[in-house]
Amino acid sequence: MFGLDKKDASLLLVVAALVVFAPFFLNPFPEASGWAQFNAGYPDLMQRFVIFGIFAIGFNILFGLTGYLSFGHAAFLGVGSYAAVWMFKLLSMNVIPAIILAVIAAGVFALIIGYVSLRRSGIYFSILTLAFAQMSFALAYSVLTPITGGETGLQLALDDPRILGGLSSSDGNIPVPGLFGLEMRDSSKLVLGGWVFTFNFGYYFSALIMLLSFYLSIRIFRSPFGMMLRAVKSNQQRLNYTGVNPRPYTLAAFVISGMYAGLAGGLMASMDPLAGAERMFWTASGEVVLMTILGGVGTLIGPVLGAGMIKYMENIISKINSDILHTWFAFLPDGLEDAVVAMIYPFIGKGWHLTLGIVFMLVVIFLPGGLVEGGQRLAGLFRRKKTDESKTATTEPAE
Amino acid sequence: MDAIILQILNGLDKGSAYALIALGLTLIFGTLGVVNFAHGALFMIGAFCAVTLSRLLSLSHEVAVPGEVDFLGNPAMRDQPYAYDIFGEAWGAHIIDWAVPLSILFAIPVMILIGVIMERGLIKHFYKRPHADQILVTFGLAIVLQEIIKYYYGANPIPTPAPEAFTGSFDFGALIGFEANTIIYPYWRLVYFAFAAIVIGAVFAFLQFTTFGMVVRAGMADRETVGLLGINIDKRFTIMFGLAAAVAGLAGVMYTPINSPNYHMGMDFLVLSFVVVVVGGMGSLPGAVLAGFLLGILESFASMREVINIIPGINQVIIYLVAIVILLTRPRGLMGRKGVMED
Repeated sequence: MFGLDKKDASLLLVVAALVVFAPFFLNPFPEASGWAQFNAGYPDLMQRFVIFGIFAIGFNILFGLTGYLSFGHAAFLGVGSYAAVWMFKLLSMNVIPAIILAVIAAGVFALIIGYVSLRRSGIYFSILTLAFAQMSFALAYSVLTPITGGETGLQLALDDPRILGGLSSSDGNIPVPGLFGLEMRDSSKLVLGGWVFTFNFGYYFSALIMLLSFYLSIRIFRSPFGMMLRAVKSNQQRLNYTGVNPRPYTLAAFVISGMYAGLAGGLMASMDPLAGAERMFWTASGEVVLMTILGGVGTLIGPVLGAGMIKYMENIISKINSDILHTWFAFLPDGLEDAVVAMIYPFIGKGWHLTLGIVFMLVVIFLPGGLVEGGQRLAGLFRRKKTDESKTATTEPAE
Repeated sequence: MDAIILQILNGLDKGSAYALIALGLTLIFGTLGVVNFAHGALFMIGAFCAVTLSRLLSLSHEVAVPGEVDFLGNPAMRDQPYAYDIFGEAWGAHIIDWAVPLSILFAIPVMILIGVIMERGLIKHFYKRPHADQILVTFGLAIVLQEIIKYYYGANPIPTPAPEAFTGSFDFGALIGFEANTIIYPYWRLVYFAFAAIVIGAVFAFLQFTTFGMVVRAGMADRETVGLLGINIDKRFTIMFGLAAAVAGLAGVMYTPINSPNYHMGMDFLVLSFVVVVVGGMGSLPGAVLAGFLLGILESFASMREVINIIPGINQVIIYLVAIVILLTRPRGLMGRKGVMED
């Protein structure tokens, strides 16, 4: 199907099903119950799941296949956001031209940075990309204020030219991004018993693009080009000796992954039309590294899982506060309850970064293949018990 | 001329911090071959050692003020630090005033301990793994350390003043024959520079003139051979890791009066320190120090009004720009050794 073998096609179908039915299973708790605040099925968060999924998929094409660890990938996301917002300001509120320009701008930017950075490898490459990203951040924050909006970020205004679209919506406000009349923020609600499910147009639009980019990444992984990138990772020297110049391949991978980041940035701006320099800060670059590693670097599904998990943790764990903990552990004797709550408290709420850091360290130490490797190990364990033959799980080595 | 001297002086304190952190990073990289992304966190922990000690010293209890009563007729109370009870009023006040320099004594054992625990507990297991894994695990560790500090000390910067004697500025220009009030420089920054110079000198002397240092240098050159000679090089490298942590920590302790410490100060410095190390040349100790001061001074020149008027924004990007140019033209950095992380 679609030029994929059976395994990849079923993976794609599983992901597609997950994405389509996400509004249902991300909302497992009835609206009236006390657990409702842990529902993740609201449009804003679901959009972030898929958008960061795209970002991580793109990062994985570079890091997972070639082994080049870029610490400045957020710069492309930022460039994409700025490009998209400018398109909204100048052309129209239709998201298609905005996203196209975002991808192109990020691609060109990645071409320039990649051309310079890829002259070195290893830690030097990481530092170079980091330096470029920090430079872009500093410039966007200060000197480029006319283009980037500086500290306040780039926002839409009523007096933007918008050549092709209306200057303002019918009620005199700034128009919202949409696709040929359908607004990105349009949602419909479905009430089933105590449950409320929200279907958001912006989410399904992003999800469709995410599935397309996921499909593209599978094709890249399975293509001769993907094999070449893997060869770069496993032994660049040998590649040189066989007379192959790896740089065009790595540069292509870098540009592709930059374009993915630009696509994510463009989508982000389409969901919420503003762009700020903090999207380019190096911690944002670190975040996509965390996502990819956590999920499983070099695997197809890993980055999507990692992105979903980190965004879920960010939104859900940070909502838990000490009162909620007290209700959870109310069954324990008083003294013990306080002790347990005091022990867990640093890891939740504002401290969720601590949890993230610890989980990340544990994954890097014990599960270099990320969640995917963990899943495969578990599956291997069960399979061995059943058939009693030592089938080793096929893990892809990650570096 | 006076403007140039002023900018050089301004660059010295930041340059000192860069140089100290980069020195520690290079020590760790040169001995253990580990790229330590948690080094900025060590700098930050050093700064919080100073915060902790100054809080400990100013712990106080209530005592009655003799001969005074409040409006209810009870004896009036005032807070009295325990330090006054132990050392007497005059000495106690001095000790509290000098909390930051005193923290040096407190920070050295703490930082060495943290460094040794870090190396034995975590980094040890990563020698044989790729550099990317080392970067990732130490990056994770940096997040964890940072969040722990944030949990206990809050997210706001904590002002930690320098001793009374070093507050204020002095007229450096008049000292070297310029007109008065042309080159004004805060005392503490000069102290910081002198301190950094002493620490750097001490580290180099330690490596150059002691037997221990000689063995470590031999181990940096060829670890295997030193091991074959029956020397427990791992143990010495662990101690060097502790030493590098202490250097970063000391840089942090003394930096507190210049910039109030907050939990993410380490990360802010880390990125720049890595750039410094790369510019100086991976694995080269003199290179790290030289590049640290050079980039600090360059940064301060780039923030001069005249320069910004010509090239706007240059002060924000100069360090990265230099790093990019150096990496592309002199791949080994300023003083990098042959064969160290060539690719």
